[in-house]
Amino acid sequence: MSTQSYRLRVNGADHEVAEGWIGESLLDVLRDRLGLPGAKNACEEGECGSCSVLVDGVLSCACLVLAAAAIGTEITTVEGLGAEGALTDVQQAFIDAGAVQCGFCTPGLIVAIHDLLDQDASPERLVVEEALSGNLCRCTGYGRILEAVDLVAARRSAS
Amino acid sequence: MTDVATHRRTGAPRVGESAPRPDGVAKVQGRFAFSSDLFAENLLWGQTIRSPHAHARIIDIDIREALSLPGVHAVLTADDVPGELHYGLEHQDQPVLAADVVRYFGEPVALVAADHPETARRAAAAVVVSYEPLTPLVDSALAAQADPIHPDGNVLRTLTIRHGDLDATAAVVVEGTYEVGMQDQAFMGPESGMALPSADGGVELFVSTQWLHADRRQVAGCLGLPEDMVRITLAGVGGAFGAREDLSLHVHLCLLSQHTGRPVKMVYRRPESFVGHVHRHPARMWYRHHADTDGTLVKVEARLLLDGGAYASSSLAVIANATCFAAGPYRVPHADIEGTVVRTNNPPCGAMRGFGAVQSCFAHEAQMDKLAAALALDPVELRRRNALATGDTLVTGQVITGAAPVAEVIDACASHPLPDLAAVDEQPMMHRPGGAGRTADAHHVRRATGFALGFKNLLFSEGFDDYSSAVCRLENGAVTITCACAEVGQGFVTLAQQIAREELGIDEIVLAPAETATVGSAGSTSASRQSWMSGGAVQAACRAVRGRVLQQVARRRGVALDGLVLRDGIIESLDGSVRVDLADAVDGPIEETAEYHHRPTQPLDENGQGDAHVSFAFAAHRAVVDVDPELGLVRVHDMTTAQDVGRVLNPLQAIGQIEGGTAQGVGLAVMEELIVEDGIIKNRSFTDYLIPTTLDMPTVRIAALIEEPEPDAPFGAKGIGEPPTISSTPAIVAALRAATGLELTRVPVRPQDIALPRS
Ligand code: FES
Ligand code: FES
Repeated sequence: MSTQSYRLRVNGADHEVAEGWIGESLLDVLRDRLGLPGAKNACEEGECGSCSVLVDGVLSCACLVLAAAAIGTEITTVEGLGAEGALTDVQQAFIDAGAVQCGFCTPGLIVAIHDLLDQDASPERLVVEEALSGNLCRCTGYGRILEAVDLVAARRSAS
Repeated sequence: MTDVATHRRTGAPRVGESAPRPDGVAKVQGRFAFSSDLFAENLLWGQTIRSPHAHARIIDIDIREALSLPGVHAVLTADDVPGELHYGLEHQDQPVLAADVVRYFGEPVALVAADHPETARRAAAAVVVSYEPLTPLVDSALAAQADPIHPDGNVLRTLTIRHGDLDATAAVVVEGTYEVGMQDQAFMGPESGMALPSADGGVELFVSTQWLHADRRQVAGCLGLPEDMVRITLAGVGGAFGAREDLSLHVHLCLLSQHTGRPVKMVYRRPESFVGHVHRHPARMWYRHHADTDGTLVKVEARLLLDGGAYASSSLAVIANATCFAAGPYRVPHADIEGTVVRTNNPPCGAMRGFGAVQSCFAHEAQMDKLAAALALDPVELRRRNALATGDTLVTGQVITGAAPVAEVIDACASHPLPDLAAVDEQPMMHRPGGAGRTADAHHVRRATGFALGFKNLLFSEGFDDYSSAVCRLENGAVTITCACAEVGQGFVTLAQQIAREELGIDEIVLAPAETATVGSAGSTSASRQSWMSGGAVQAACRAVRGRVLQQVARRRGVALDGLVLRDGIIESLDGSVRVDLADAVDGPIEETAEYHHRPTQPLDENGQGDAHVSFAFAAHRAVVDVDPELGLVRVHDMTTAQDVGRVLNPLQAIGQIEGGTAQGVGLAVMEELIVEDGIIKNRSFTDYLIPTTLDMPTVRIAALIEEPEPDAPFGAKGIGEPPTISSTPAIVAALRAATGLELTRVPVRPQDIALPRS
């Protein structure tokens, strides 16, 4: 297997990838080499959104990006959201609204919802449904997740 | 002495309140360690070699090339299994690794461990297995007569229920045959785990599962180790829904780790996951209902055939449920019901949320609607007239002694106002049947409602003593609860804290890891049983600790034990002479272990009669659908439900269970099916196996949670996870029938079933 060493910039810090196989996806490298398992691996083929990260600010499936192709980009994972240790408003709303069950879909949804609300501060329900339709959740039936989005929008507009 | 006035509790949520999940913060931050997130120094990666055939003889397995690849540390076959060669939940019939015959597509044949996941995959591809393909037995209707495909035969179980007068009949008779396709649990967190060799020659396994101690029994047996040398710890579980009740990679990981002396991790990719766990049994069901002209049910006849696939898994219990609940939650004085589950070369089937009751509910509810039509009666009214109540007798002869507010469930759901829906042509394109741009002509779309009622048992049945155990330790005013209950997302961890707070009045409750080494079995996280069983064990352990604290205080202060009470963490005597904070009341730790058993049940006799079940829970759904009859496309707009819950222990979690359970019923109704051709699963991805997304899921409206306390249950609470999955599917199909006039006897209902109906 041909390997290569390179650097990735993740959550504002440079990370050395030593002798990575060039076939590794960004998801593989984040999870298995950089100790950032927040992005999840429910399908590894772009169908579930559990691996959602931001690549240069663009919501992306980390499983569909080759890590070596992300050299020179700014990558943000769920671990990089908000101030060190503190919950973001989306994370807090997930807890308050009961949007977490097993939690496997949760990090991907948190990233996707931050991205959505950054673009549209108070989206219509249908816009939310469309924006999150690529994030599969098998536990919740989505009711509490949509509730959490509304909660964030309401809290942001109130403050 | 502590001034108790300063010790007023902060009031963390108790039983009945919406306590937040203790793992919530870690989960939203991405810090919660799922079984696929584990890491150890010196880690190897495992990979499974699986059968490409549904049925074949293994002629030869050549591992030489695979073993010679750089980075490969082990290639193992059945010859390397040191202990029992077979495992199984109820019946030990499934090989750890197939030795001479493979009986289903995807059956494990060999294992590889390598220093990189890609190396492991390449090595797996380099293992050369020579097969002689055999004709697969794939038609469940032929299985009983066919040559046995397993030494234990093809009929896994037949259960006959004969109740009342088998010759009884009545004025109105309706008949039908129904089919349920194979549904997948499709949890998000793939099968995964890590095994490490331990110093004593044993093994340590971190894995996502539903029942740690049942895993340990099977793993130890296959490894040829005593149980105490196999230590299993629950790793974060990304959903379960029944699919993790059987072993998957458990023994494989341990074998590789024992063989290499190194930590080994395995993570299934999604296509492997689809063959790596059991599915919901496909069913074929024939029914005949007999009723008087006023709608009173007189007799139900039914023949159920479930396809168990290649190995037994929990088929024996699944067919018992399908058969016992075949007549539905109705008074049926005469019944002639036979259920059979057979072995085939299809994928193995086992537990999935609703467990047998889902299949028969789809059929009995279709029959009730047919009967209502034949009687020109309102379908809801027909159900109301026949609804079970406490004191009624089931077709198994068992009298319902607990809560059975079936009429209340029906009325609450049926009387809830219909949703205020925009007309079809005013619906956004995304909410039209089939989604944006699919509906041919909005003016042809038909809207209708459908109603269904379902029920099932809670806890294990037929004489099984599925106890749970818990340890409560009070030390320096802090409480630690240890219980091996598998948290799979349902929220037991929240509930355990709520119960301990309720019993001891202390806010800070620490939950120790769920593992086999520190506590006895909690039983399975299935059968809607953990709130009751492990909730009961936690409650009993806390009460035992409370009892000891009160004893100590009584002895030391010279007061009567029965004059002491513990309230909000304060021990007080009725005469006012004692008032002490629980944290200061005792010196030294107090630890108590409790084992909780439900009341015993009996096996069913040769006529399927007996008190086989502990308790029952009921739910109703009403669906509103839009259908495009030309293209066969469907939009489910609204699911309204009412459920018998005994008592709500945590409102937010209850809502989550009901919404999530309903979603899985929506999936079975209109989208989810594993397509199996000649034993081969054709759609092993989320591209081809579709589960509901945010755009598919309707709003779930909870008309009522009926709180009639269950006499036997801790806090009067019934398990709530399964009923929503049972009545949701038939309600949707009832609505589709009402919209189209078609019989629609099979789920999932596919576009061609509507647009190109046979006959
Ligand atoms: S893991 Fe990337 S989309 Fe599913
Ligand atoms: S919470 Fe389990 S998959 Fe969403």
